[in-house]
Amino acid sequence: MNDMCQPPALAAAAEPFAARDYKSDYKPIWCPGCGDYTVLNSVTRALSIVQRPPHEVAVVSGIGCSSRIPAYTACYGFHGVHGRALAAATGLKVARPDLTVLVASGDGDGYSIGGNHFLHACRRNVDLTYIVMDNHVYGMTKGQPSPTTEPDWDSKLSPGGTGVRSFHPLVIALASGANFVARCFSGDQNTTAEIIAAGIRHPGFSFIEILSPCVTFRPEQRGWKDLVHPASVAPTDDPARAAKRIMTDDGFNIGILYAGHRAPYGGGPVPATRTPEEIGEEFAL
Amino acid sequence: MDASITTEQPARAAPAHRLDSVSLAIAGSGGSGVMTAGTWLLDAAARSGLYGLMVRTSGPQIRGGEAAALLRLGTAQLESLDDAFDVLLAIDWQNVHRFADEIPLRADGLLVCDADAGEVPEVFRATGAKVIALPLKKMAKAHPGSWINMLALGITGTLAGLAIEPLEDAVRAGWKRDGEVLQANLRALRAGAEAVAAHALVQRPPAPPSQRRWLLSGNEAAGFGALRGGVRFVAAYPITPATELLEWMAPALAQAGGCLLQAEDELASINMIIGASFGGVPSLTATAGPGLALMTEGIGLAVAAEVPIVVVDVMRGGPSTGIPAKSEQSDLSFAVGGLHGDAPRLVLAPTSISDCAATTQWAVELAEALQAPAIVLSDQFMGQSRAIVAAPELPPPAARRLLAEPHAPDYKRYRDTPSGVSPMAIPGAPGTTYTADGLEHTEAAIPSSQARDHARQLDKRLRKLTGHDYGARWADIEGDGPLAVITFGSASGPVHEAARRAAAQGVPLKRVTLRLLAPLEPELLAQALAGVERVMVVEQNHGAQLLRYLRGIADLPHPHSFHKPGPLPLRPAEICAALVEWAARQEQTA
Ligand SMILES: Cc1ncc(C[n+]2csc(CCOP(=O)(O)OP(=O)(O)O)c2C)c(N)n1
Ligand code: SF4
Repeated sequence: MNDMCQPPALAAAAEPFAARDYKSDYKPIWCPGCGDYTVLNSVTRALSIVQRPPHEVAVVSGIGCSSRIPAYTACYGFHGVHGRALAAATGLKVARPDLTVLVASGDGDGYSIGGNHFLHACRRNVDLTYIVMDNHVYGMTKGQPSPTTEPDWDSKLSPGGTGVRSFHPLVIALASGANFVARCFSGDQNTTAEIIAAGIRHPGFSFIEILSPCVTFRPEQRGWKDLVHPASVAPTDDPARAAKRIMTDDGFNIGILYAGHRAPYGGGPVPATRTPEEIGEEFAL
Repeated sequence: MDASITTEQPARAAPAHRLDSVSLAIAGSGGSGVMTAGTWLLDAAARSGLYGLMVRTSGPQIRGGEAAALLRLGTAQLESLDDAFDVLLAIDWQNVHRFADEIPLRADGLLVCDADAGEVPEVFRATGAKVIALPLKKMAKAHPGSWINMLALGITGTLAGLAIEPLEDAVRAGWKRDGEVLQANLRALRAGAEAVAAHALVQRPPAPPSQRRWLLSGNEAAGFGALRGGVRFVAAYPITPATELLEWMAPALAQAGGCLLQAEDELASINMIIGASFGGVPSLTATAGPGLALMTEGIGLAVAAEVPIVVVDVMRGGPSTGIPAKSEQSDLSFAVGGLHGDAPRLVLAPTSISDCAATTQWAVELAEALQAPAIVLSDQFMGQSRAIVAAPELPPPAARRLLAEPHAPDYKRYRDTPSGVSPMAIPGAPGTTYTADGLEHTEAAIPSSQARDHARQLDKRLRKLTGHDYGARWADIEGDGPLAVITFGSASGPVHEAARRAAAQGVPLKRVTLRLLAPLEPELLAQALAGVERVMVVEQNHGAQLLRYLRGIADLPHPHSFHKPGPLPLRPAEICAALVEWAARQEQTA
């Protein structure tokens, strides 16, 4: 950390924080009934579980309905450009390891335009908690197919469906080296909050896929609440077993599916040993 | 010509256009070690108290293939290659003819080659230079374990008037370990020196100057300036010719208490540094044209979200992947204009290899003070050339970001202050949480699509840049007269040398060397051009980008353009000729 721009000293939490202490006063722009409302509740509840003061938490996002989350929290927020949330969050966390950094995306933002960053965030294993609100559609741009959309889903942009098989984010995350992989359902706020809290506490990159219905462009997703069910087996630390389970489950299996032991990213600032002037003396003749 | 550098034979008297320097090229193909020989020759020149410049040039291959080290050594600081070379040493002729345009040889020059390497290519023979054919390979074989490039070092060093001791010291320092191989190479070095002793162009090296001198490349200088400016986080994706800046910064940052991260691409790099700077840590990335193109959306985000960042663009031939390892100044239009929306940004250009340090430091300071992105336009010529320069006098680091007080009452991140700069809260600070946004927003950082908020934030972001007092550093203004020449970046060196020569021929010129390209205030330019009747704008690109840009900002009196694309370096003589001819032409019509 450099002397010209010292971060403020971080305060030890004196009072316990309630979920409402992590909520801002701003009214979300989401459609009534959007799954993202309850994801917001789960995020604020998860933060109250880990008890990190709101100003020591940063929530970073890209662009999309789901990416509006940062401003609805009372934490520091960064609402950047489409698909680049993981990159911005990586820079923030590597430069400021003292902060708790959450990253929020949608399935288009995270898996399509941001797909490359997703792979590399998994393998880089910076201590971030990555939450993807997956509604199998582009909500903000009004109903186009996303990488997780079923191949036969009819839309204006792809009449009759894309014919392209859907992306499997959990397995791809595992194959790329994510250290913590979970699936949640936005309607189940308690479980989601518990899992997000576990992800925050887990060192390294935690990936939490949250099924979050888009009631406007995929109203049939209201039915997800009847399809989801808790995972019947405990999380494994074997990525191959986790991948096999996920590949063969019904897509509505909820819980922590994999928790590994990889050491988090080892880069980051180190204590200074020389001043820039001393380093510059290397050029002197 | 300086008194201390004199030609041996009076017959070889310095032509009028020669300044106090000697120019040498060492060329060869795959693995012949010409870059090492050039680097050590520059080192030996440094040890002899000289100033110097070494430019690398190579063919398109990754490794092996033809390569040449182009050197100019002299008793005063040099910022440009000379018009032609006094010495070309070719270790072999494989594809070396491809450098014929880059290594124009003086008619009174020397061409040293291996007697057994075959015919001297016609392009070189046609120069009329005197050929000294030596059995280079056989001479190297006579010292088993030696490299042929050490003969080349002994030969070129001696022709340039260097004593054997500094050459030996450079080899020892470069070799790093003792032993029979080193001894064999030192013997080869001496054999080379003895073989050409009678032909030395320059006698007795000058006494060491009293000035403190540094040996560094423009890329290293820029990295050092950034470090001094306070940069402690770098994220980047490798690209020629910016990579050495990153390679210099990686260990330096670790020593200075920061870190460097290799990103997966430029989209990631730019967003990573924005994230880190949002976190309060001054941040930088370095790239070249193709990477800058990928970064534009992120640079716009830094404009809108008011996050300070520095992007060093080491320009190379473009468009697209262009000519990676050769120089051009053709990203200027893109840097000053290439973002979507009305996106005020800072664009700076170092005026020399040594100025890469001060200007990059200034870029960090301006970005931090104005909470805006700064693009630094370096280029392959400045970035990858190594030079012996007077140790730069760098201003004390002055980076200051206006930070919010903790618990500031009624904190509004994008408050419209008179200066346009609003206090920035850093994550971790209590009582000032907000969400930084690339979407248009209110003063309180809430996304807004209202015309009023948009107009207000647009004004604020422009005002903070145009209202800032940049002092005298925005340009170097030298000389006087009714004629002015305007230039920037690595064109500055050849332009300055050309202007000095033109003045000696009775054509005095005012020189305006721009350092701050954006924002560029029309009043400042008008003041600089007060009394000037005609201007010539000199730059290294095909589209006269600087001239067009300036004409969009200011009324240039009778503008004239001298522009040519890379990769051939701008030569002082061609610019001087253009200046003299331009001056004369108008006199006739006047
Ligand atoms: C570079 C770029 N391309 C396209 C867009 C337009 N765009 C905005 S949001 C979005 C998709 C959002 O979908 P998703 O990430 O699934 O989030 P949701 O809105 O469904 O929560 C797109 C394509 C953009 N803002 N930037
Ligand atoms: S469009 Fe869909 S995702 Fe967006 S707010 Fe409405 S319901 Fe939610």
